[in-house]
Amino acid sequence: MTSMINKAQGLGLSLITKLAGSDVLDQLKLRKFVEKSLYQGSKAGFKALSQTQKAFKPKQISQQRLPQQQKTLFDLSLTEEQQMTSDAMSQFAQEVLLGLAHDADQTAQFPESLWQYVEDLGLNYYALPEALGGVATEQNIVSNLLIAEKLAEGDFSLTAGLLSTFSVINAITRWGSAEVQSMYLPCFAEDSDITATFAVQEATPAFNPYVLKTKASLENDQFYIDGEKTLVILGDLADVFLVSADFNDKPDIFVVQCNDSISIKNTPAMGLKATETATLRFNHTPALRLGATDFDYTAFLDLGNLMWCAMAVGTCDAVKAYCIKYANERTAFGEPISHRQSVAFMIADMAIEIDAMRMLVLNAASLAESGKPFHREAYLARLLCAEKSMKIGTDGVQILGGHGFTKEHPVERWYRDLRATAILHSGLHA
Amino acid sequence: MNLQNPKKFKMMIDQAHDVAINVLRPISRKYDKAEHAYPKELDMLASLIDGMNEGGEGINAGAAVGKKRGEVETGNKNGNNISTALGVIEMCYGDAGMMLTMPRQGLGNSAIAAVANDEQLERFKNTWAAMAITEPGCGSDSAAIRTTATKDGDEYIINGEKIFVTCGERADSVVVWATLDKKLGRAAIKSFVVPKGTPGMKVERLEYKLGIKVSDTAVISFIDCRVPAANLLGNPEIDVAKGFAGVMETFDNTRPLVAAMAIGCAKASLERIKEIFKDQLDADYKTPYLQASNLAAQIYRMEAEWEAARLLTLKACWMADNRKPNSKEASIAKAKAGRVGNEITLKCVELAASMGYNEDELLEKWARDSKILDIFEGTQQIQQLIIARRELGKSSSELK
Repeated sequence: MTSMINKAQGLGLSLITKLAGSDVLDQLKLRKFVEKSLYQGSKAGFKALSQTQKAFKPKQISQQRLPQQQKTLFDLSLTEEQQMTSDAMSQFAQEVLLGLAHDADQTAQFPESLWQYVEDLGLNYYALPEALGGVATEQNIVSNLLIAEKLAEGDFSLTAGLLSTFSVINAITRWGSAEVQSMYLPCFAEDSDITATFAVQEATPAFNPYVLKTKASLENDQFYIDGEKTLVILGDLADVFLVSADFNDKPDIFVVQCNDSISIKNTPAMGLKATETATLRFNHTPALRLGATDFDYTAFLDLGNLMWCAMAVGTCDAVKAYCIKYANERTAFGEPISHRQSVAFMIADMAIEIDAMRMLVLNAASLAESGKPFHREAYLARLLCAEKSMKIGTDGVQILGGHGFTKEHPVERWYRDLRATAILHSGLHA
Repeated sequence: MNLQNPKKFKMMIDQAHDVAINVLRPISRKYDKAEHAYPKELDMLASLIDGMNEGGEGINAGAAVGKKRGEVETGNKNGNNISTALGVIEMCYGDAGMMLTMPRQGLGNSAIAAVANDEQLERFKNTWAAMAITEPGCGSDSAAIRTTATKDGDEYIINGEKIFVTCGERADSVVVWATLDKKLGRAAIKSFVVPKGTPGMKVERLEYKLGIKVSDTAVISFIDCRVPAANLLGNPEIDVAKGFAGVMETFDNTRPLVAAMAIGCAKASLERIKEIFKDQLDADYKTPYLQASNLAAQIYRMEAEWEAARLLTLKACWMADNRKPNSKEASIAKAKAGRVGNEITLKCVELAASMGYNEDELLEKWARDSKILDIFEGTQQIQQLIIARRELGKSSSELK
């Protein structure tokens, strides 16, 4: 226990030192982004993955499962560790993400400088069990969602990109069979360059994650995946994918390594631009089944959905803060527009619904980490967040009027990004 | 982090639920029809509740909140504010109007608990106290109170008219808000306990209402009504610097309770509608929202809104229990629960169609009862103003 706290504090302190000393927005790097984006824009159609195949050296480990937490009283207070992590993530969001977000969206490029931060922030270590050099000694779903919420105060898309590998590690730690864990967890612990993502969304109207067109087949004890997945975050950069596929008429999750049986097509969307969303085609791609006997597909989806919900809460907080500042500074008819109830009440409603969303997310998360059923709570959280976050997104643009419609202000980006909350099923994992 | 009901209140919640089902519901329609008749069945229940409260962890309907006395405990606390809200939710699941007219559990009792000194606490401990704030010319704008209290020796003389006094006829006493000096504004507003039968105080009439008919709503006049100076609750000095804060503090504790009432009332409708449509609903929530039928989707949506209102209310109560400033959260809870409670009860009537609109079911009654919960103890719009001023950092003269 003390060793966990020491490690966590060490990470927090090293983060703050890093933040104090970093010159993130150095001109050369920015120029490089623009050049890269011009190159990216000229690409079209499916191509081979540009990531070279990594050699994964499995190391035999026993199956890891993090213990559940015990709870008795109603309690909304954060632990000292949660408070410290939240503060550090908030600071990082304000000082780094917020500044990178506009250009990352404009160029549809995930900023390369951020990768160093993933390491500096020690994100992957929050997900890895203590036995493998991480800091996780119990299920920390609330903490994981707080990280997502706080980062998303800086930017929704960048947070999704930052947390994709972290999410895959969470999923493998929670669900992975001994074989899958042996293959991947030691590698994640040793090599911070390995990136991973989810390929779980399909291009079907009113997509139902329980009805999948992507198929898994079993030939001579080897699984193969065939099908197409869309809205894959950082698909062209990933070494490992968690792929949902139908196996014997049941949805399941498989682990796939980057290889030449997978082709990729850039698929820009309304938002999430900085995550370089892509469509992947799996052509008889060899795969491992993720789960052991305790695998629960619904809980897998729920723990992903909750991440998007938490991020929606964080981004809505950013919308509200921006609108407050704007409404207090912008004058019309001789006084700040915030003196008008029609404007002020929109902001009051934002405050009400942000807290409402947060309560549902935290309730589901706290049940989940104490090993209680939480599907109903996660279902209701997703439903509420999908509706309310979009309402806040559209009101954010409305309060700024015509100015909100231009790229001069971030509210139009948040508007596009928040639309994703209702669209995505899984794709991250708490 | 844990947002589940604390286990230690489970027995109390179960008792309140039993009371709702076995005592309140069976007479719900009877007193909705017989407006102004006294629900005598509640006398026995009230004695039972008093007895349980003597023992400590009983149901109470509001009288206990606002107590700030006793030793300061450290660490996370689940106390009176949470337990009262949880009890209120269950009682209002039975009948919101009846909870409002529960003997010795009036809003005036909350005010006494919050601001009375020790001598007053002892003297008024068995009283049933109604609360008289609103006047014909002042509703939400309670700073504009015109009822006056003039010091005369060791008495105050009260003059004015109060409306919308819940339990005004039935209660043993009325906590009256009056100003010591109209020129000094909010700071001069004080509350006085006026016992029933005090010469000069008269119940003029009872209102006929849209809902919560079992609860009497009185118009009370005060003409040269003399009360002992010792019946002024709290500090008799006019502290212009502190202003209205003392009186308004009570709201931080009572607003979450009105939110709890709305949650209880809506729970009744929601549970009934889920029972009516049980064959159309997926009990395990396995059908994604986009694939659910329109009927099911509307019900799930109401459920999400209801859970949000419930958890926001518990949050405001938890903050009060842990002595964290909760004005904004109390208003957020009241605003959310008020609007959601009304929306849910009305939607359930719509979904059940004629079955919901007919008096054979209680759905139409709950839809009438819920409306007041978005109005009294601060309307929806007053809560939005409070929240907006906090968020924007504006004063009441800037954001009017």
